[in-house]
Amino acid sequence: MNITRKQFLGLAGASILVAVSGKQVLAELEGERQDGKPRPRKQYAMIVDTRKCSTLPDCTKCIDACNSSHNVPVIPNPEHEIKWIWKEEVANVFEAQQIPYLETTLKERATIVLCNHCDNPPCVRVCPTGATWKREEDGIVMMDWHRCIGCRYCMAACPYGSRSFNWIDPRTELKVLNPAFPTRTKGVVEKCVFCYERLALGQGPACAEVCPAKALIFGDLNDPQSEVRKMLGSGLTLRRRPSLGTGPNIYYIL
Amino acid sequence: MRKKIGILAVLLGFFILVTFPLWHSVGMRHSLEPPNLVLPANQKNCVMPVAYMRSSHMFLLLNWRELVVRHDQHTFRSFDGKSYNMSLTGTCLGCHNKQQFCDRCHTYMGVQTPNCFNCHVDPMALRGGMR
Amino acid sequence: MFMLEKAVTGSRKYWTWISALLLVILVAFYYYMRQFDYGLGLTGMGRNISWGLYIGQFTFMVGVAASAVMVVLPYYLHDHKEFHRMTILGELLAVASVVVCMLFIFVDIGQPMRILNVLLYPQFHSVMFWDMASLSGYLLLNIIITLAALHAEQKGLPVARWVRYVILLSIPWAVSIHTVTAFLYAGLPGRPFWLTAIMAPRFLASAFASGPALLILLCMLVRRLTGYDVGRKAIDALAVIITYAMAMNVFFLSLEIFTAYYSRIPDLTEDFNNLYLGIGPHSTLLPWGRASIVLMVISLGMLLLPRLRRNHVTLVVACVVTYLALWIDKGICLVVGGFMPSPFGFVSRYVPTFPEVMITVGVYAIGILMVTVLYKVTLAVKAADPTQFAYVPEDKHKATPAVGTLAATEVK
Repeated sequence: MNITRKQFLGLAGASILVAVSGKQVLAELEGERQDGKPRPRKQYAMIVDTRKCSTLPDCTKCIDACNSSHNVPVIPNPEHEIKWIWKEEVANVFEAQQIPYLETTLKERATIVLCNHCDNPPCVRVCPTGATWKREEDGIVMMDWHRCIGCRYCMAACPYGSRSFNWIDPRTELKVLNPAFPTRTKGVVEKCVFCYERLALGQGPACAEVCPAKALIFGDLNDPQSEVRKMLGSGLTLRRRPSLGTGPNIYYIL
Repeated sequence: MRKKIGILAVLLGFFILVTFPLWHSVGMRHSLEPPNLVLPANQKNCVMPVAYMRSSHMFLLLNWRELVVRHDQHTFRSFDGKSYNMSLTGTCLGCHNKQQFCDRCHTYMGVQTPNCFNCHVDPMALRGGMR
Repeated sequence: MFMLEKAVTGSRKYWTWISALLLVILVAFYYYMRQFDYGLGLTGMGRNISWGLYIGQFTFMVGVAASAVMVVLPYYLHDHKEFHRMTILGELLAVASVVVCMLFIFVDIGQPMRILNVLLYPQFHSVMFWDMASLSGYLLLNIIITLAALHAEQKGLPVARWVRYVILLSIPWAVSIHTVTAFLYAGLPGRPFWLTAIMAPRFLASAFASGPALLILLCMLVRRLTGYDVGRKAIDALAVIITYAMAMNVFFLSLEIFTAYYSRIPDLTEDFNNLYLGIGPHSTLLPWGRASIVLMVISLGMLLLPRLRRNHVTLVVACVVTYLALWIDKGICLVVGGFMPSPFGFVSRYVPTFPEVMITVGVYAIGILMVTVLYKVTLAVKAADPTQFAYVPEDKHKATPAVGTLAATEVK
């Protein structure tokens, strides 16, 4: 096949264009950002030590602290509930690990669940407006309640049931308001945001701070000296449904 | 002839409908006096010059919202070199009284109050025992 | 331009029907305003079953919209002239169905005033963005095609050459809308019921059975009401298409059931148990799941027997059964079933509320109103040519040359 130089240059240019745009499309599909350069970033994570947590079975301090600092209403209708951090039985949280001979007390042991702030969050991938995204600087899966249209695609995508939709106006169910944090409006989705507003002030998450058993340990996974890194290195921990590839960042000690 | 009357009646109805904004306020009491805005007692300057705030405070607020929520930036450097925390409830309503400032002017100008306060809490109203 | 003047003249019967539909729409609008005011808490949905009747109907109607391709493809690509009198009815049904789909999405949105955020901040990694894009594109294509076809008919000319290329484009586009809709579900990691590669083909198979079944019913209704006859051959040919599609659909469903029950992976079996055997105390879906299976078997049985398929009385029954079976399967079981059990292993109860049902009925009423008006205009245009209302054998038709023949002449 004969080919002139002009044709060759044209072809070469076109193939580069196709290759570059193809790579961008792939990167978009993978949910990656375009700016490319790896930046020094943190990845916040939390370890839930259920052994310590279960020493105080009636304690709800972490839940109360979260609710009051973020204006999370307590709604009696279980289908309309808003939950950022709450208790579930171990057997329901770690279904795959169920052992039939486990003592009932251990099966029914409550453990704390919240948003997993995944490495590869499906909720972010599906959101049609960018109302939820993974922050580059600290790995928090953030929410912009101004932008959410309430399509609830993220709720279908989240394998952990961590997202709540405001089926009704939350203000009708709030008795006390914290003016430092907004409430939400009806028709948007919400979830735990790892207390980004407290982190901006140099404080830790409210739940970890108030836990009397020190069962919630918060820290940066990218810092080898952090307490979470040391704990994860020195003993076996579990994550919820790791085989799905979402890379959850809440670790459990049973 | 009957058709003509019908057409005229429909036309008249249409005319009344499109001129609704003009005649519906006839007979309503309107005051031309400017609203009695209560300004913060403890501050002389806002975060931007008064003229800018009058015309464009909503742009500033939207910009703050974008920076705080989406870019994790919280400090605003004002035109006179001071630093402010970018917060509607903390900074703006820390000085201004929503009901005696925001609402009065919005009502006077006939500008619908945006839905900020569906979510953001008015701290002064809260202190007064209202939600 | 839009020939709508033909829609405002009609018999007393026509106006009674239009007013009845408008009344239903008005009542539904009242309930929508209540939902707008109170929030989606007015529906039966909740934190565990967060999509319900609305999104189910959306999914089902995308299929009906896509199924127009089952008359467009044989007619324009393979020059099957028997579809000459039916094609535009299929395309108009697609237009109305896409509008119904969009309305179902709209009524399901928690903050409808912000719906434009989807366009203001487009997220190319969200399947929902592509679904929106493909649905709007399909609507646009079908509006262009039907308008051009009607204008051509009015002037007694074949459709313009450029329109035929638009028609060619609409064929893969129809497949794309239902594929992308299947991707809405099939790409979610935590929902094993939906996480299956056969979702898109199964969607297409069920669409190509349910949509044409509806089209046959509509054509028979049109013949009874107006005397416009699409022709026996067209209906018989479409009935064969429905038979193939229904057989494929049942085949695909049985593949799913095999994979689940032979592998015995609890994540997979639980979802089918939920539909067909019942788990937990709240088996709200069980009667629906079973009904859809029974209806599917009856439908396939009737369609497979040539004597029943060719008899137009039994064919009507078969079409109704087919439509119902697939409506239950896709419009109810598929979406709601995907949320059971929840990520914590619970099976929640979902029963649509009265306002929710009324809003759903209202959206369908808008679709029926559109079909009525669009068909009325089309038949009025066709009435100018009286031969169209008396049945003439297909071979005597001066049908427009199809794209297939056009392409053939261009190749050499």
